[in-house]
Amino acid sequence: MDATAQVPPLVRLEQAGIKRNGEWLVRGVDLTVMPREIVTLIGPNGSGKSTTAKMALGILKPTDGSARQRPGLRVGYVPQKLMIDWTLPLTVKRFMRLTSKLSNTEIAEALEETATTHLMDQEVRHLSGGEMQRVLLARAIARKPDLLVLDEPVQGVDYSGEIAIYDLISEIRDRLGCGILMISHDLHVVMAATDQVICLNGHVCCRGTPSDVSKSEAYLKLFGHRADGALAVYEHHHDHVHLPDGRVRHEDGTLCDHCPGHDGHSHDHAHASHGTDKKAQAGQAQGVHDA
Amino acid sequence: MLDDFFTRALVAGIGVALVAGPLGCFIVWRRMAYFGDTLSHAALLGVALSLLLEINTMLAVFAVCVALSLLLMVLRRREGLSSDALLGLLAHSSLAIGLVCLAFMTWVRMDLIGLLFGDILAVSRTDIAIIYGGGAVVFAGLCFIWNALFAATVSPELAAAEGIGTERANLVFTLLLAAVIAIAMKIVGVLLITALLIIPPAAARQLASGPEQMAGLAALIGSVAVVAGLYGSLQWDTPSGPSIVVAAMVLFMLSLLPVRYLGARRNSRISGGRS
Repeated sequence: MDATAQVPPLVRLEQAGIKRNGEWLVRGVDLTVMPREIVTLIGPNGSGKSTTAKMALGILKPTDGSARQRPGLRVGYVPQKLMIDWTLPLTVKRFMRLTSKLSNTEIAEALEETATTHLMDQEVRHLSGGEMQRVLLARAIARKPDLLVLDEPVQGVDYSGEIAIYDLISEIRDRLGCGILMISHDLHVVMAATDQVICLNGHVCCRGTPSDVSKSEAYLKLFGHRADGALAVYEHHHDHVHLPDGRVRHEDGTLCDHCPGHDGHSHDHAHASHGTDKKAQAGQAQGVHDA
Repeated sequence: MLDDFFTRALVAGIGVALVAGPLGCFIVWRRMAYFGDTLSHAALLGVALSLLLEINTMLAVFAVCVALSLLLMVLRRREGLSSDALLGLLAHSSLAIGLVCLAFMTWVRMDLIGLLFGDILAVSRTDIAIIYGGGAVVFAGLCFIWNALFAATVSPELAAAEGIGTERANLVFTLLLAAVIAIAMKIVGVLLITALLIIPPAAARQLASGPEQMAGLAALIGSVAVVAGLYGSLQWDTPSGPSIVVAAMVLFMLSLLPVRYLGARRNSRISGGRS
């Protein structure tokens, strides 16, 4: 990425952290998103993925460190959840215009892209989970953003829909030239077009590039060849586990109060090695590890 | 035409209903009914202060409402009491302080009933001028922040992330609400202002398919309630403020009847198609 030297990043977090009620939700996060770059955040529940995204969006101000957006940055945001109260009469069409002035053609085009044109006059609160996700995505891309932030964009979407949405996201990136910051709901499977994967667990555990899913036989068995090109794996290895009481258990069984590299710098994770992520093994990707 | 007290009451009531409806929609959408209640209780403290300091009543009520909402904002940031409890605390203590202050001012002969339930039949031409002048300002302010406030209502985070000035919209909204309470106090009284703010939007919800439409319908339904309530109070010699609220309530009940039937039919069709 030679171009990164001249172009200012869309957003830059430096040693950013948020403290709530005396506890760090996440700390020491360094992150940049460049134009045309796709950055994926992964990590277990409560690891600070959404908090990190909200710092990048400017919704939360970091307690520590800094979060800077490029001046005049145009953001499109797909939040994790959106509950519409019964008292609020809101059609999809009106919802598309929520934060930007859009013509009818622009609305129709954006809905067309996510295959939700037929929902135009539906009430938002009647949408199913998958329909809602696609409408949220359509609304965000209709703004023609410089930075697209997606918080678990494929949750509630079935498998083939997931592939279609990933394809659409990389197509949008190519067409609009926007940077994308995405939170993945899966600990191991990320979008193949991802340039940078950041694994969070209260701090940056490790970062790297995903390896192609087609190289992993286990994934091919799981997902078949259709996943080719849309999905990738990020295999990684954690040398410590964060316990619910805030302490840390190392691989050799020792306990301590802090992570080895609490500043987020010195990590000795073995990338692309056989994953033994303890928290993830309980998850859906079990088969991969057993293989 | 404004010579007749009844006509003046009609004109004043419709003026208030026209702004209370659209503003009330946001109170309903944001689940802020208790906040509106708190502000209107505090209005009584404003009345007491205006008598004590010999300043204009509407101005004093407006100032107290603004001060109270700012205080609430500060208290909410200090995590501790739930905002529910905070609202109750502020509502009733300001009401109590207001009543105590009034009792101390022995030289003032105060019509407490008029304060609590309004005295729409006593509105003067000046009152009407203030209602329409103030109402126009509130309406203009609401139009100005409408899109931002609506985005912040649907999702504060989404709006903030996409560069909508949510803080400013919220602040302006609070000011507008304080202004409407100051203006409307004379019409329906301290205890019933919230009713005028939330019942017309609640009735409009059944019929509206979009937020702007709901605001317009709420203004219309509020005006109809004022007219019906005032004629009712003339007919049956009932107190005018409460009669307006009863009329609004009847309109709300009417709005439930046919649409619910149609809605149920439509819903069953949708679920039938999906299964």
